[in-house]
Amino acid sequence: MTTSQGRRVTLFVTCIVDSLYPQIGEATVAILERLGITVHVPRGLTCCGQMAFNVGFRDDAYAIAGRTIEVLHGDDDVVLPSGSCAAMIRHLYPELFADSPHAAVAGYLARRTYELTEYLVDVLGVTQVGAHFDGAIAYHHSCHGLRFLGIKDQPRKLLEYVAGAKIVSLAGHDECCGFGGLFAIKQAAISETMLDRKLANIAASGADLVVMGDASCMTQIAGGLSRAGSPVKARHIAEVLANRV
Amino acid sequence: MTTQTLSFYNRVDDALRDGSLRTALDRATSRFIGNRAAALAALAGPDALRDQARAIRAYALAHLDELLNQLSDNVEAHGGRVCWAEDGAAARRYITDLARERGVKSIVKSKSMASEEIHLNTALEQAGIEVIETDLGEYIIQLANETPSHIIAPAIHKTREQVSALFTQHLGEPPTDDVPAMTRAARRALRQRFLRADMGISGVNFGVADSGAVTVVENEGNARLATTVPRIHVAIMGIERIVRSFEDLGVMLQVLARSATGQKLSVYTSIISGPARPNESDGPEEFHLVLLDNGRSQILGGKYAETLMCIRCGACLNICPVYQAIGGHAYGGVYSGPIGAVLTPLLQPDLPEQHTLPFASSLCGACQEACPVRIAIPDLLLRLRADAVQQGKAPPIERLAMEGYRVLMTNPALYRASGKLGGIASRMFGRKRRFRQMPPPLHLWTRKRDFPAFPAETFTERWEKRRKSDER
Repeated sequence: MTTSQGRRVTLFVTCIVDSLYPQIGEATVAILERLGITVHVPRGLTCCGQMAFNVGFRDDAYAIAGRTIEVLHGDDDVVLPSGSCAAMIRHLYPELFADSPHAAVAGYLARRTYELTEYLVDVLGVTQVGAHFDGAIAYHHSCHGLRFLGIKDQPRKLLEYVAGAKIVSLAGHDECCGFGGLFAIKQAAISETMLDRKLANIAASGADLVVMGDASCMTQIAGGLSRAGSPVKARHIAEVLANRV
Repeated sequence: MTTQTLSFYNRVDDALRDGSLRTALDRATSRFIGNRAAALAALAGPDALRDQARAIRAYALAHLDELLNQLSDNVEAHGGRVCWAEDGAAARRYITDLARERGVKSIVKSKSMASEEIHLNTALEQAGIEVIETDLGEYIIQLANETPSHIIAPAIHKTREQVSALFTQHLGEPPTDDVPAMTRAARRALRQRFLRADMGISGVNFGVADSGAVTVVENEGNARLATTVPRIHVAIMGIERIVRSFEDLGVMLQVLARSATGQKLSVYTSIISGPARPNESDGPEEFHLVLLDNGRSQILGGKYAETLMCIRCGACLNICPVYQAIGGHAYGGVYSGPIGAVLTPLLQPDLPEQHTLPFASSLCGACQEACPVRIAIPDLLLRLRADAVQQGKAPPIERLAMEGYRVLMTNPALYRASGKLGGIASRMFGRKRRFRQMPPPLHLWTRKRDFPAFPAETFTERWEKRRKSDER
């Protein structure tokens, strides 16, 4: 923990956490502060612009993301409790801002942006954050973190140190839950079919808690679990690591 | 054919309601996925091999004109003829004219997506020529009067029960659920056709530039027969399906078989360099190579050029959760699945609603991960979506929603105020923990999913409170 003392990070909780799941943002703060890190949340931060980018509205995405890179100026590492929004900044901002005056700034931001679990494990070298949970945990790999940021082992390493928790395997743990932003509405029927499969796999896993790294997938999965009357709870990994389940 | 006229959304709804389709897709795609994973895991360095394959494809595309000229010269030197077909019409004309001139009455075909792309069978049939598909899957869908729903497994959407019913109807076979028995029945029916055919038409997996050969891979032996028994062999090749040398071919064949079916190598790999030579007793008297452009050279050099690296293995279809749910026909184009959602708008721009296909993806990236040459399919889909929006094809409600979203997210004061609205809503709805119903268009969310209640305070509000109390 000593290596983290005195570090400062800029936290971008993302719009969905800000407006729907403030507890995930607070959990993220708690984890970072417990490691001795100073957390800075810039004023005026809103959204990464992914929703517009993903449905092809690049002008709108450019306007939103352009503001976001301004607000995130500086040299801090930027941490997000979301693989999807972190992937937007790291993987897609370079394309969005290519040939624009912001290209260099966007590139610099992309290089210092991290998803929470990769920041903990890869940058800080931390796997034990003092968490405990009595019960069975299954982990769902969110697509963008997994495939565009290569976040595969980091969450597992962190969960292995959750005292009292039994990590159970989840069939199709790397299959999409069907959220996909506006896909969930535009292609609702396909999205529902994908969710059904995910819910069946969760039910078969015997988990008490299905944990993931993205609030967007959590909205889809928790929404399905709740509608189905399932006893399984969906939680963000930050909530587990901060003992706020 | 009805699938061509219904809208994409209707086709999706029909597909999702089709229980047999789901059974067939589940059986086949899970087998493909398992076999592919095992075949790649058996390699010492699967990632290195894929990198090598990608580099080979990149080289071929960067030197396409040079390699195509080399291939063409070498094919002609071996006594073959080459047709440079700018589009489907040119390719169809060349082949139907050739068939007429040579008095061809009966044609056997081995699997070729390029021929599907240009609707060759229809043209030949209209010219009064009998055309028989000899790949088992293609034969099945020809009997059913359908189109392929998968790049390498055209009848993947059919259960064995449905195939048996077709064979009973068309071949007078007794109903059975024994797959080998059905295969034997097809073989009996097809054997006669091979012997009677005047022309064989095949696709091409790879043209080999420096030796003037074309390669056809398959598992049934039908392509071997179709390319050697009839007196004329016509091979149709998309212009991008080329490699420099046999050395490059070796790499490509390995990744192709492993990615497609999970085999180390396909059962038959035919390497064909021209017609039978004067001193040879086997092989066709004539060999024709049709080099099909049909929009490909327009893609080359642009922001979709990477699409042309595709080697048509079908791995992205099998792994795709959307394809698994709806199957190939719902896509409406010749090519389906993730790569089809990219290829169809590029190659069939006149197809109604082709611009909606790039939206038929949750952008999960499983396709790119499975692709033997790592085509960044999600990035390509995103670019096609942006093109569709630029062409004014977005639904008005979406345009309006994006306007609102942009205004909200570029005005922090407004954004904070909207967060307060959430708090007000949460007080209005009291202790309600979730929404089971929402107004249109969000009712599409709450058909099968609850939506979480808004918190009393947003993170921003909580954080600002904390900051103020810290300052005090």
